[in-house]
Amino acid sequence: MTVADWTSDEMMTVAASRALRDGTVCFVGIGLPSTAANLARRTHAPKLVLVYESGTLGAKPDHLPLSIGDGILAETADSVVTVPEVFNYWLQPGRVDVGFLGAAQLDRFANINTTVVGGDYEHPKVRLPGAGGAPEIAASCREVIVVVRQSKRAFVDRVDFVTSVGYGRGPGDRERLGLRGAGPRMVITDLGVLEPDPETCELVLTRLHPGATAEQAREATGWPLVVRDDVATTEPPTDAELDVLRALQAGGRRQAIA
Amino acid sequence: MRTNSRQANDLGGIGGTVSIGTGEHVPLATFAGLDEAVADLVHDGDTVALEGFTHLIPYAAGHEIIRQGRTGLTLVRMTPDLIYDQLIGAGCAAKLVFSWGGNPGVGSLHRFRDAVQNGWPVPLELEEHSHAGMANRYVAGASGLPFAVLRGYTGTDLVAHTTNIKSVTCPFTGEVLTAVPALRPDVTVIHAQQADRQGNIRMWGITGVQKEAVLSARRSLVTVEEVVDEFEPKAGAVVLPNWVIDRIAVVPGGSHPSYADGYSIRDNDYYQRWDPISRDRDVFRAWLDEHIMRVGSE
Repeated sequence: MTVADWTSDEMMTVAASRALRDGTVCFVGIGLPSTAANLARRTHAPKLVLVYESGTLGAKPDHLPLSIGDGILAETADSVVTVPEVFNYWLQPGRVDVGFLGAAQLDRFANINTTVVGGDYEHPKVRLPGAGGAPEIAASCREVIVVVRQSKRAFVDRVDFVTSVGYGRGPGDRERLGLRGAGPRMVITDLGVLEPDPETCELVLTRLHPGATAEQAREATGWPLVVRDDVATTEPPTDAELDVLRALQAGGRRQAIA
Repeated sequence: MRTNSRQANDLGGIGGTVSIGTGEHVPLATFAGLDEAVADLVHDGDTVALEGFTHLIPYAAGHEIIRQGRTGLTLVRMTPDLIYDQLIGAGCAAKLVFSWGGNPGVGSLHRFRDAVQNGWPVPLELEEHSHAGMANRYVAGASGLPFAVLRGYTGTDLVAHTTNIKSVTCPFTGEVLTAVPALRPDVTVIHAQQADRQGNIRMWGITGVQKEAVLSARRSLVTVEEVVDEFEPKAGAVVLPNWVIDRIAVVPGGSHPSYADGYSIRDNDYYQRWDPISRDRDVFRAWLDEHIMRVGSE
């Protein structure tokens, strides 16, 4: 297979899906995380448990939902609980293994901003949707995986607004804040994979997708990006992964048009 | 029009309401037209919650609020969705209490953004929370408690910008936790699948935070798909008895473009078409005029 056979977005989604181990309980945000989680469930992780904040536990949609509350999620769920219950009984006590989140802006300590960009809070340049379930997902899941396209606009030295805490200002901050989950384990982008340095908690580039270069990654990062000496190369998407992904997306589009 | 004369007559309530000693009231569900129900229950300046988590969003009632020209409302809702984008764009809202203001799966709410960024058509004050915080605020309201406790918001910038997020120390362990005040809307509006002839309400599928939103409110309005003689047994259904509901309006399709499990599917195309309509003030105004103002009560 040649590079031209798949897009960088497809590579990102496939890489994100591979990060989910079979049997994992995963709290899924809509968009890229949901696509990747559904791909994982249909490829290497059939026992992946998908939890959506609409209260659908163990949803098994046969096409991609457009929203976190699509009917297909409730129809295929093991259990449908109320919104207070999904946050209080299922997320808060640490029953969820992986929080799978997107981001509008992300910083070197993997803090996430989905609230405001530019200006100040009262007079923002861009008003974003806000927090949703993310602050508590980022705090309480055993670990967090972030899926986000890499660009200088999105990857900033410090986020304009901390909507969800990654590693705060560095080592020890999560413990000081009393956040019980371990925090972001991995940030998966269209160029590669970033992981927190065990000493500094700063995101460093540990993997590049085929065709992407370290220079491209540095260019798309708003802080001096450290590239691990032994930076690995992601296995390209398999035909099977691409087939399933494209079928899922086509199914989602059909549903949207219907 | 079906009316529930038994209860209104037996208990002598004005508009289905009986005052009791606490200053609260015991509502007794009466059936009414949507226009009449909104006129009775939703007043200028009220704190209003229209709930429904993607599913069962009470669009028709929201449109009626726009049609009746309500202003100065404090709108409360976890996910403002298109219904609040429409209410905000129509100038009904002075304040929004919320946790996620996007067009699900599509992008931004442009009327909401225009109000926040440019004060159009009127400035919009924000009180911003997380989903967990909002859900717990409704639980506290429904429970008759002044506040709720959770592990939440810690380390986020929401704490600095939302004065209604504070900390509380556990009297048993000394642990410092987050406290948020109870929500007590003047009126909560929801859409449900069914009412029975006695005015009990039943909904199923994703039921979100609607039960808590109704129980935390001073008044409540429920639009329903249909009225049935009695409820057939149904697993996982939520029933709200007629003594916690003020008004019921029968509005088939009243949650469109959201959906009612068993009656309709989500009109995802509408959510996508909303994006270009809402981006431009004039296009939005024309839409509002044609689809809301110039049509009768739904």
